[in-house]
Amino acid sequence: MIVRIATEGQFHLPDDDATRLNDLDNQAVEAVEAGDEDRFAQLFEEMLELVRRDGTPLADDELEESDVILPPPDTTLAEAAHEFTGDGLIPD
Amino acid sequence: MAGMGGRMSTVIKAKINKLLDKAEDPSETLEYSYQKQMELLQNVKKGIADVVTSKKRLQLQQQKLEQQVVKLDTQARQALAQNREDLARTALERKQFAQTELQSLDQQVAELETQQAQLIDKEQKLRSKLEQFRTKKEVIKAQYSAAEAQVKISEAATGVGEEMADVGLAMQRATDKVENMRARAGAMEELEAAGAFDDNLALGSGGDDIDRQLHELTSQSAVDDDLAKMKAELGQGSAPAPGELEAGSESAPSEERPA
Repeated sequence: MIVRIATEGQFHLPDDDATRLNDLDNQAVEAVEAGDEDRFAQLFEEMLELVRRDGTPLADDELEESDVILPPPDTTLAEAAHEFTGDGLIPD
Repeated sequence: MAGMGGRMSTVIKAKINKLLDKAEDPSETLEYSYQKQMELLQNVKKGIADVVTSKKRLQLQQQKLEQQVVKLDTQARQALAQNREDLARTALERKQFAQTELQSLDQQVAELETQQAQLIDKEQKLRSKLEQFRTKKEVIKAQYSAAEAQVKISEAATGVGEEMADVGLAMQRATDKVENMRARAGAMEELEAAGAFDDNLALGSGGDDIDRQLHELTSQSAVDDDLAKMKAELGQGSAPAPGELEAGSESAPSEERPA
């Protein structure tokens, strides 16, 4: 599958990683809901790490739609919280 | 794609797709978008340059204050050597103030330096991202002119559209950060330009302002210490720490002058 880290780039990621990524994603959202900044930062970093480590960057001339898009790496807890309630970092 | 129901990525993807729907024909807007992003990158560079300018002005003020501290210290010594303890005390009080200001300036300059480095890093990443975008743009333009299968074109258009949206997002975030930084650097400069420092260095500045009085209270003992040390060095009266610095009778007329 193709995963994009927003503002960073796209990666080919083995399908096997989908479950793990999904799991981390849901835990990260729970951390956001609990307002737990450290936990969110840690989980989000783990997601980024997974993609960067297992993934292969797409070539510049590969034009593919992403299956998954992760928020920008410098997303803060406040931004993430906003993301699930309001306009978020990408305006509606 | 099966199994990707993570909420965070789903929300982000939905939002990016929303952006895509608005761009009807990516190929038409590709060139415009690229030019636009290049312009925005110039703005980011300009913002960084402004932050650097602010930092340089603060550094200049830093140097002035450092010189001021040295000068006031020398003046205090001279005053003391001529038995003008009152003048020496005033000079030392002003020196204390200058030192406090210097500390806060040091902090601000260091902070600007860190953030400047981060901004430069961001700018470089943006630049390479734009370069990537340029390549993708050329690919899709070539595909259009070669009139390949409609399906393939629309797939590619989606891919490049997503890239376009992402470049836009990266640019927007960088611009926000730079603007924020520029505003803060500007505010630091303004504070300095408004004479926040100079006023308090003016002789006999009759301050009834609470802050200044509080500051004087806390700096008083530092001034006393300075004065005592200087006296000891000059071999004058009530040396506080006998045995510490039995300064040779170098420059001082050794007339006793109780504090």
